[in-house]
Amino acid sequence: MDYETLLQLLASMIRLGVPLLLACLAGLFSERSGIFDIGLEGKMLVGAFMAGAIAFVSGSAWVGLAASIGISILFGLIHGVASITFHGNQLISGVAVNFLASGLTVLVGQSWFGLGGRTPALEDTARFEPITLPFAGSLAGVPVLGPFYAEVISGQTILAYTAFAAVPISWWVLYRSRFGLRLRAVGENPAAVDTAGISVVRLRFTAVIITGLLCGIAGAYLATSAPSAGFGKEMTAGKGFIALAALIFAKWRPWQALGATMLFGLLEAISIRFPDLSIGPVALPVQAMQSAPYLLTVIILAGFVGRAIPPRAGGEPYIKER
Amino acid sequence: MQKIPRWADLALIPLLNLLIAFVISGIVIYAIGEDPWMALRTMVEGTILRADGWGYMLYFATNFMFTGLAVAVAFHASQFNIGGEGQATMGGLGVALVCMALPWPHWTVALLAATLGAALFGAVWAAIPAFLQAKRGSHIVITTIMFNFIAASLLNYLLSNVLRPIGSMDPSSAHFPDGTKLPTFHEMPILSGIFDKNTPANITFFMALAACVIVWALIWKTRLGYMIRAFGKSEAAAKYAGISPFRIIMISMIISGALSGMMALNTVMGYSEKLILNSVEGAGFIGIAVALMGRSHPFGVFLASILFGFLYQGGAELALWTTIPRELITVIQALVILFTGALDNMVRTPVERLFLMLRKGDR
Repeated sequence: MDYETLLQLLASMIRLGVPLLLACLAGLFSERSGIFDIGLEGKMLVGAFMAGAIAFVSGSAWVGLAASIGISILFGLIHGVASITFHGNQLISGVAVNFLASGLTVLVGQSWFGLGGRTPALEDTARFEPITLPFAGSLAGVPVLGPFYAEVISGQTILAYTAFAAVPISWWVLYRSRFGLRLRAVGENPAAVDTAGISVVRLRFTAVIITGLLCGIAGAYLATSAPSAGFGKEMTAGKGFIALAALIFAKWRPWQALGATMLFGLLEAISIRFPDLSIGPVALPVQAMQSAPYLLTVIILAGFVGRAIPPRAGGEPYIKER
Repeated sequence: MQKIPRWADLALIPLLNLLIAFVISGIVIYAIGEDPWMALRTMVEGTILRADGWGYMLYFATNFMFTGLAVAVAFHASQFNIGGEGQATMGGLGVALVCMALPWPHWTVALLAATLGAALFGAVWAAIPAFLQAKRGSHIVITTIMFNFIAASLLNYLLSNVLRPIGSMDPSSAHFPDGTKLPTFHEMPILSGIFDKNTPANITFFMALAACVIVWALIWKTRLGYMIRAFGKSEAAAKYAGISPFRIIMISMIISGALSGMMALNTVMGYSEKLILNSVEGAGFIGIAVALMGRSHPFGVFLASILFGFLYQGGAELALWTTIPRELITVIQALVILFTGALDNMVRTPVERLFLMLRKGDR
C-alpha cells in the first residue's frame, strides 16, 4: 500500500468517523448523568432528515443545521420526560425514540417531497463545503507531512472541525468545570447530589439537551456535507449503535471516544476501500470488517481487555422520596 | 392494599395507553395531509373484511407471538432481550440447514427437526449474551444489540459466499426440498373452505398458540417459572431463597432465544421456502411492543400480536391503495412502545389518584 492510498484511507476515516464521534460525545453526556441512551441513532436520523429538508427549502446549510439541532433536542426531551419526569424505563424509551425517528422521517419525507423518503439533492449554499486550511496548497510539497496536511487535515467541513473541537471542550466541561463535576456525580450517586441541594432533574435535563445538540450536529453532518448531500431513508444505518459501542470502548471518556470512533471509522474505511482484504493466507470477508466494531464491543464488555464499568446510577430513575 | 383494582391494572391502563398512542397516530396522519378515518377504513377493509386479509394478518401475528413471548419470558426474569431480531435470524439459519440436510419424507418429520434447529440456533445466539451478563456483568441490552448486527453480517456472508447455489446471483439459499413444505390454512380441513391457495398463514400459527399456553404454564404453574418470577422481582430475595442468578438468567434467556428462533419456522419454512436476507423484517423488535402491551402475559401477548398483525397487514394495504407509506406502522409501533412502556407512569399515576379519591369517598 503506498502513501497516497494511506492518505485516502485516513481522509475517508475522518469522514466516516466524525458522525460517530459527535454521537459518541452526545451519548457521553447523557450516560455520565445517569441516563442510558440507546436512542442516539434515532436522534441522528431525525436530525439528518430535518437538516436535509430545511437546508433544501431555505437554501442555507446553517438553517438546516439549526433545524437538525432543534428536532434532535426535541427527541432528546421526549426521552428526558419519559425517563426523568415519569421514571420510565430508559432502554424502552430509547427503543421508542429510534422507531419514532425511523417511521416519521419516511412518513413526513414522503408527504413533503414525494421521493420515497429521500430529500432532494442539496447544492451550493445548502450544503457545507470542504474548507481549505491556510497554506494547504503551498505546504503540499513538503515530504510526508505536507500531503497529510493538505489531504487529511485540510479539506474537511466546518462540522468536522467542530466535532474535533468538541473533544477537548467535552473533556474540559466534564473534568474541569463545576457543571461537569456535578454531572459526573449525578451519574454515580444522585442522592448525594440531591442532598447537596443541587437539582438532579435539572442536571439530567441539561445533559439530555446537550446530547440532543450533539446528535443534531451529527445528523446535519450526514445530510449536508458535500459532495453527496441530501437525506436518504435510514441514512444513519446503525451509526448510532456503533457510536454507542465506541462509548463503551472508550469507557465513557472523551479523548478515548476520539480514539475509538476513529478506529471504527478506519475499519469502515478499510472495508469500503478493500472489500476482499486478505491478511496472509486468510481472506477476510467484507462482513468481518463490518461487524468488527460490534465484536470488539462485546469483547470489551465481557471484560477480557480491561473492564468497562458504566456510571453507577445509569439506567436507574431517581425518585426523591419514598 | 393494592392502589388500584386488578382489572384497572390489567385492562384499563393498557387500553388508555393504547388509546393515546392511536390518537397521536391519527394526528400524525392528519398532519401529513391525509384523512385518519379513511386510513382506518382502508386498514379494516383490507384485513378483517377479507379472507386473504385474515390470512396475512394471522401470518404476521404468528411471528409476533413468538417474538413477543420471547421478550415476555426474559422480562419475567428482569432481562431486556432486545436481540430477538438476531436470534430469529439465526433461527432461520437453523431451519434452512435442517431443511436442506436431508430429503425429508414428510413435513411432520421435517417440522419437528426444523423446530429443534430453529430453537437451538436462536437459543445459542441468546445464550452467549446471557452468559456474559451472568458471569461477567456485561449489560445484556448492549450485547444483544451487538449480536443483532453480528447475526446480520454473518447471514449476509453465508448467503453470498456459502449457501448461494452456483450460478445464482441472489443472496439466498437453494429452494428447500418438497418434503419440507408446510400446509397452509388452505390445505387444512375446515379452514380450506375459507382461505384460498395464496394464504401465507400456515400450521405454525397453531404452534404459536401452543407456545402461548406452554409459556403460561411454565411461568405460572411450574417451580422454574416461580423461580424466574421471584428472581425478576427481587434478585436479592431470590438469592436468599437459594435461587442461582446464573441459572435463572441462562435458562430464561435460552427459552427466550429459542422462542425468537422458532419465528423462522413461519417465515423461512412456511413462507419463503428458502433462506433469504432479512426474512425477520423487524419482527424481533415488534416483540418488544407486543410484550409491553401484553403486560408480559401470554394471553396479552396473543391479543397484542393479533393487533399488530392487523396493523402490519393494514399498513401494507395503506401503501397499496393510498399515498400513506407503510412506515406509518413503525410510527404506531414506536408510540405503543413509548406509551405502554416508557410513559406508563404518566397514565398510571393519575388513575391511581382517581381510585384513591373514589375510595375515600366511599368511607
